[in-house]
Formats: sequence, C-alpha cells, structure tokens
Amino acid sequence: MDHHMGATMLENVEEPDPVVRVRGLRMRYGSTDVLRGLDFDVRAGEVVTLLGPNGAGKSTTIEILEGFRERSAGEVRVLGVDPARGDERWRSEIGMVLQSWRDHGKWKVRELLAHLGAHYARFSEPGRRRPIDTDELLATVGLADRRDQRIASLSGGQRRRLDVAIGIVGRPRLLFLDEPTAGFDPEARRDFHDLVHRLADDEATTILLTTHDLAEAERLADRILILAAGRIVADGSADQLARRVAGRSEIRWTRGGERFVHSTDDSVAFLRELLGAPGEEIHELEVRRASLEDTYMAMVHQHEDGPLPGRTRVEGVPA
Amino acid sequence: MTTATASPAVLPTLRLGLARGWITYRSLLTTREGLFQTVFWNAVPLVVLILNRGSTLGDTGLSLSAALLPGILAIGLAFGVMGTAYSLSAEREDGTLLRAKAVPGGMSSYVVGLCVAAALDGLLSILIVLVPAMFIVPGVPVGDAVFWLGLAGWVALGLVACLPLGILVGSVIRSPRVIGGLGFLATIGLAMLSGLFFPVQVLWGWVQVAVQAFPVYWLGLGLRSSFLPPEAVAMEIGGSWRTLETIAVLGAWAAVGLLLGPVLLRRMARRESGSAVEARRQQALQRT
Repeated sequence: MDHHMGATMLENVEEPDPVVRVRGLRMRYGSTDVLRGLDFDVRAGEVVTLLGPNGAGKSTTIEILEGFRERSAGEVRVLGVDPARGDERWRSEIGMVLQSWRDHGKWKVRELLAHLGAHYARFSEPGRRRPIDTDELLATVGLADRRDQRIASLSGGQRRRLDVAIGIVGRPRLLFLDEPTAGFDPEARRDFHDLVHRLADDEATTILLTTHDLAEAERLADRILILAAGRIVADGSADQLARRVAGRSEIRWTRGGERFVHSTDDSVAFLRELLGAPGEEIHELEVRRASLEDTYMAMVHQHEDGPLPGRTRVEGVPA
Repeated sequence: MTTATASPAVLPTLRLGLARGWITYRSLLTTREGLFQTVFWNAVPLVVLILNRGSTLGDTGLSLSAALLPGILAIGLAFGVMGTAYSLSAEREDGTLLRAKAVPGGMSSYVVGLCVAAALDGLLSILIVLVPAMFIVPGVPVGDAVFWLGLAGWVALGLVACLPLGILVGSVIRSPRVIGGLGFLATIGLAMLSGLFFPVQVLWGWVQVAVQAFPVYWLGLGLRSSFLPPEAVAMEIGGSWRTLETIAVLGAWAAVGLLLGPVLLRRMARRESGSAVEARRQQALQRT
C-alpha cells in the first residue's frame, strides 16, 4: 500500500485547492428549503464529520457532492470539478460506502468485489495500482473466510464490511461515508473506526462522513461541522466545539441525602459560595465541563427552534 | 486532471459487461429456485409438445406439435424480455443500479450485463426446448443448413428487438411487482393474440392490426417460416411469409430500443441516490 505523510504534515502545507469546496449551497424541494446556504471546505487528508439531527440535510449534502443529486443553487467543487459534470475518471477518484440492502444477494463476496474493482483497472497510474488486490482487501475488512459465500447469507455486520471494501477498492482520493455504522454492534463499530483511521493515516484518504452519533464524530473526525435546519451552525474540532460553551459547567452534589444539580457560567465562584455556606456537609461533589454533546444540543436547539442568527464560528478555526 | 476526455473504453466495458452477465446468470441458475424455475417453465411446453405429437392440424396434414414449436420458442424469448424488465426494476429498488452508478463505467457494464444475462436465459430456454423437440416433433428439418441459419438469424434479431423493449418497460414502470404481475399477464395475452398458437385471422381485424405493431407476432412469423414446410404459408396473412417486412419491423423495434433505451436509462439512473434507495427500502419493508 502507498504510504503517504499523515495528516500532521498536511496541516503545515498551504493547500490552495481544497478537495471539497462548497459555497452558498442551497437545496429546495418544492417550497421546502433543505439547505439554506452552506459554506465549507474539506482539505486533503482531513477526516471531516457532518453532524446533525435527522432531516438536517446531511444526506442531501453528501449526495450533491457525490454527483447523485442536482443542487438548487450555489457553487460546489469536488476534486476541482463540479460533481454535476464529473466524468468517469472523476468518478474513479471518489469512493462511497453505500448502505447495501439486498443487491447482488446471489453473488459471492469475492465475485462482487473483484467485478466492481475491475472497473478501476483502466485508471491505474504508475505507483498507484488500482484496484486494491481483492484478497488483500477481503483480509483487511475481515471477510477472507467468507469469500466464496453468497452475499445474501452474510450477517448485517459482515455485509457492512463488504460495503466498506467496495467503497475503497478503487483507492479513492476522497471517501464519502453516509451513516456508516448505523446498526453496528459496539465491536463492529470499533473495528470500523480502526479501519477509517488506517485509511486516513496510511492512504492519506480524505474522508467526509455523516453521522448523528456524537461519540463517533468525536472519535473519527479532525473537524466537525454541525448542520442544523439547513445551515452549518458550528465548525471546529471536538475540543474547540466543546470549549465554545466551556464557560458553562454542571455541578452535582449531595446534601442531607438529597441530590442537587446546578448549571453555571462561573463554577469557581459558585463552588466557593456553596462550600462556604453554612449548613449540612456536602458529599459527592462533581464538576463537569460542557461536553461535545452539550454544545451540540445547545446549537441544534438554538438554530432549529429560534430565529436563525448567522453562522457561529469557533475561535481559532481558519475560514 | 479530469479535463482530458477519458477514452470511451468500449472494450473494457464490454468485457466487464460480459463477465457481469455471466456471473448474474450463473448465480441465478445455481440457486434452487432459479434452477427450478428454468426447468419448470421449459418443461411445460415440452409436455404440450409430447401430448400433441400424434395430432395433425385440421385437414392440412401438418403436425400440430410442429406448428406449435416456433410459437413456443417465440414466447420463450418474449418472457425473456419481461425478465429483463423485471430485473431492471427490481435492481433499481434493491440498490444494484446505484452500486453500478457509483463505480466508473458501471452503468454501461451493468446494461451490457443485463442484456447478456437475458440473452443467456433466452438461449438456454431455446436449447432446453429445441433439443428434445427435434426428437419429439416430426418434420423439424434438422439436416438443412438453411434452417439452422434462419433459426439463428431470427433468434438473434428477436433478441435484439425484444431486449431493448424490456429495458424500456423496466425503466418506465417503477415497481417490480407491477411488472411481475401485470407484465406477465400482458405478455401472455399478447402472445396468445399474436398468432403463435392459432392463426390471427380468426380474430377481429383491429386485433390483427394491433398485434402486428409488436415484435412478438413477427418473431413468431419468422420462426414459422424457418420451421414449417413451404405449404404452411397458406395459413399466414396474405399467404406470404413476408420475410422482408419481418426483418424491417424487428429491425425498427431494435432501433427504437437502442435509441430510446440509453436515454431512459440515463434518466432513470440520474434519479438514483442513497436516499432514493433507502426510501424504497422503507416502503418495501412496510409492505412485507
């Protein structure tokens, strides 16, 4: 496999052309605005998560970037090309992990992976052999012992691993993952996360994934975009986003057998007052800083319920 | 990077399509239900032929089974068309088409594969019926090279005329269940009225005109011209095999299909996306 520099190196390099560039993207179905003007970039080697509640427009966004859906307005460039006009060579640079259902159920695992992989052979370049060897890839996703089994007889998790293998068989520069671990058990989820890390580190694959699972976003992403009500309401790493409401902490304690919870902007002052106050002794004191989840909930609610202020930017994130 | 026009890559696409058709067909045939269906649906006409092997057609002296054989082969191909339409709509629903769309050149190899699988199915059905029929049905001119050439020609032309039609139907009608039910009945109805098993002249004039708009009638006529002795032409419209008209009509259908097929397929494929497949999946799950 090709070994590229990891993402660390890329941070220092000026990247004039982002892998994905989106400006003012709008999508409207009938009279409903699904996307109300998205702006974001994904730079080479980044793993970016599009996080948001159901119906926020995550899948619509991904499908526009994949070239599967026409947009209503805005500028979109994927690998320098408008996805609505991407040709076969462009298509060969893009991998996507689709949710399989019943397709190719009668085919054998190895047959399908080899057949789909063979479509990339004519796009091989010196030093970049495509597709990835079928048996090697089956071993990577842990399906080597299922190679001659019919696809319909695979378990849900095994099928999903085959989906992933199909998504990366052509050594894509850019990989789209739409809700990749929906329906996974915890072990399958961890295996999948390891695989994504390997792809990002060893192959320098740029990855854009959608999820509504916060833990997953936190584990996988270099950067998180929170999508709510058709807009990007926050953009930054998990830490940066959490710090965005960092002032706010949650304090729990027990006094006289009774449990209390208090949320405050100034935890130090509150604690000083609490501990200094006369009364029964305080037990089980716990101070918790806002988590990504708190940030997420706060932002989603703010933008889905209230009137929409402009996009909130996280400090320290370049535009 | 993408400004250079990619070579049309006709050969790799054909090779991938052939491989795809072969794998699809073999995968289907090696399942229990696939094998059962192939054997069962081809055994039915064989039984009909065996039961009628001694009968003659009215006072013509023509063997009844000989008169039925070309029609049986034609209806086999007609069902092949319905099979193609069914596969197309079923594979749109289950996401096969979306997968094809996600790989470079995948739609082209998918369509070639669809046609190859249907052709293999048609050819196998013909062989299953024809080989035993040569021993059952009296008067099949097996020693005549012109007969074999004619048969090969009609089968090839019939496939080329009917397959694009299957793609048209499959891309226009969205539900595989509609095609499996209504399409099946419509094909049987059309085949019955198309002179495959009795002369169309016994039907009303407008029905005769209507069925001649479809390829099934002409495929049956062409096959009869190869299988039957020259005197049987007396039972045809105008007392003629109308060979040139047959080639013209089947050729016209092939042209319509080949011109419209890619347009409709592209339109159909453009609408495919992960969420479209997911929506149909939810619908299908609710139904079952």
